[in-house]
Amino acid sequence: MSSAAISIRNLSMSFPGKRAGEETSVLANISAEVAEGEFVCLVGPSGCGKSTLLNIVAGFLEPTSGEVLVEGELVRGPDPRRIFVFQENGVFPWLNVRDNICFGLRQQGRAERDRILTHYIDMVGLNGFENAYPRELSGGMKQRVEIARALAASPDIIYMDEPFGALDFITRLKMRADLMRIWQSEKKTILFVTHDIEEAVQLADRILVLSNRPASIQKIVHVDLARPRDLDSSGYLEKRDEIFGVMGMSLRVGETAA
Amino acid sequence: MNGSQAEIAIDRAPTTRARRRFEWFRNPDSSFFQIVRPVGTLAIFFTLWGVAVRLSHSDLFPTPVGVAAGIVELVQKGLLLKYIVASLFRVSWGFTLAVVVGVPSGLLLGWYSRAFQAFNPIIQILRPISPIAWIPVAILWFGVSDAAPIFLIFLASVFPITVSAIAAVQNMQPVYLRAAQNFGLSRGELFRQVIFRASLPQIITGIRIALGVAWLVVVAAEMIAVNSGLGYLIIDARNAGKRYDLVVAGMVMIGLIGLILDLLVRRLEKFDEVRWGYANRQ
Repeated sequence: MSSAAISIRNLSMSFPGKRAGEETSVLANISAEVAEGEFVCLVGPSGCGKSTLLNIVAGFLEPTSGEVLVEGELVRGPDPRRIFVFQENGVFPWLNVRDNICFGLRQQGRAERDRILTHYIDMVGLNGFENAYPRELSGGMKQRVEIARALAASPDIIYMDEPFGALDFITRLKMRADLMRIWQSEKKTILFVTHDIEEAVQLADRILVLSNRPASIQKIVHVDLARPRDLDSSGYLEKRDEIFGVMGMSLRVGETAA
Repeated sequence: MNGSQAEIAIDRAPTTRARRRFEWFRNPDSSFFQIVRPVGTLAIFFTLWGVAVRLSHSDLFPTPVGVAAGIVELVQKGLLLKYIVASLFRVSWGFTLAVVVGVPSGLLLGWYSRAFQAFNPIIQILRPISPIAWIPVAILWFGVSDAAPIFLIFLASVFPITVSAIAAVQNMQPVYLRAAQNFGLSRGELFRQVIFRASLPQIITGIRIALGVAWLVVVAAEMIAVNSGLGYLIIDARNAGKRYDLVVAGMVMIGLIGLILDLLVRRLEKFDEVRWGYANRQ
C-alpha cells in the first residue's frame, strides 16, 4: 500500500441542521485509495456528496470523522502540491491569461517562469491569448487557463470538480480528449468528480461509483480499455452500461431497473 | 413580431440616393441627433430661463447672459482660477486621506468578522450624520483654516469608501479564496493579490460616490469655515452686494467641475483589471 498517493480512511461527513439532532449525513464511512499516476473518477447521482468528498480530500473541508493521507501524510489543509480545478470561474478575472497561469510561480525567476508559461500555454492551446482577460474568453478557454495554471504549479495531484460541467457538448468532448493527452504526457495523479458516466468511462483508470446520500462506495469499476478509447467499442459500452446498472438506471427511456 | 420587424427593416432600407443622402436626418440615432438632443435641450433650458427672468422683471436674478458676463468678470479679476484651485486642493486632501484610511480599514473589517462586529455599529451611527452637521465641531477643532473643510471632506467620503470595501470583501466569490489558499499564499499576499484585487471594482464604485459627496460638501464647508473657494465665492457674492450673477456663475462652475471629476473617475472603471466587475453595465 506504500504506492498509494491518496488514502481515504473511514471518512464520514455530516452537516449540522437547523436544530440539534437534525444533522444531514452526507458521507458514510468511505474508504478508498488512489495510486500514483492513476486517473480516478468519482461518479454518483447529483447531490450525493461527491463534491463534498473531493473538498475534504483537498483539505478545504474538515470531515466529521476519518482521515485523508497523501503520500502517507495527514491532510490538514490545501497545499500547492495538490491543485484543485474548479467547475467554473476559478480563474482570477483581474489577471490576464499569462498572470493567471503564472500565479503559482511566485518563487521562480523570470526566465524559468517564461519557460513554464510557454510550455503550458502550448499544451492547452492558448497561444496568442497571453494578454487576454478571462471575460474575453469562452468557457472552454477559461477552463484551459485553469488547467494550465494547475499544471504550471507542478503539483503531484490534481483534483477536478466537474471541470467541464458548464461547457457545451462539443467543447466538453474536445476538453476530454485534450485532458487525456495532457495526463498521458504529464503523468499526474488525478481525482476527477463528474456526474457524467460517459465522461468517467472515457477518462478513468478506475471509477468509484457512489450511492445516494449519505454516500458510500457502491462499486469500484476498473476500466482497462486501451487509450484513446473508442466510444463505439463493445468494451466501452459494456463498462458504461455496468455503471448505469449500478446506479439503478436502464438506458431504455421510461424504464427503471430494480 | 419578428416578421413585422423584418418588414419594417426592409421598408426602411435605403433604395435611392436621396434616402441615403438624408440618412443622418432619417435615422433618429445618427450622430447628428446624438449631438442635437442634449445641445437642443440645453438651448431650450437657457432660453426659458432668460425669458422667465425678463418676464418677472427681477433686478437680482441674472439671465444666462448675465451669468456668462459674471464668469468673464471672475476670470478677469483672477478669482475664478484661484477659487477653483482652492476648492480642488481641499477636496484632493480630504479625499486622498479618506481613500488611504477607508480602503485598508474596509478590507480588514470585511475580512475579520470579529473586528466587523466590534466596529460596525459605530460606523452605522456615524454614517448617517450629515457632514454639514460637523461644521461647528470642525471650526471648534480646526478654526478658520484649510484643515476644517479637509476634515469635513474626509468625513463625507471615508464612509462610502469603507462601506463599499467591506461589502466587496464580504461578497467575494469563495472560489477565489479557495484557489488562493490552494496556491499557498501568505496573509499579506492574500490581501494584496486576491482580496484587494477582487474587491477593486466595488471599491471604485464607492470612490465615485465618495468623490461626488466630497464635491457637495466642499461647497458647504467653504461657505462657513474659510474665505476662499467656490463655496466662499457664492456666499461672498451674495453678502457683499447681492451679486446673484456671480452666485449663479459659481454654481455653474461647481456643476461643470463635478461633471469633469465624475468623468475622470469613470475612466478608472474601464481598466482591464476591474472591467470584469461591471459586466452588466458594459
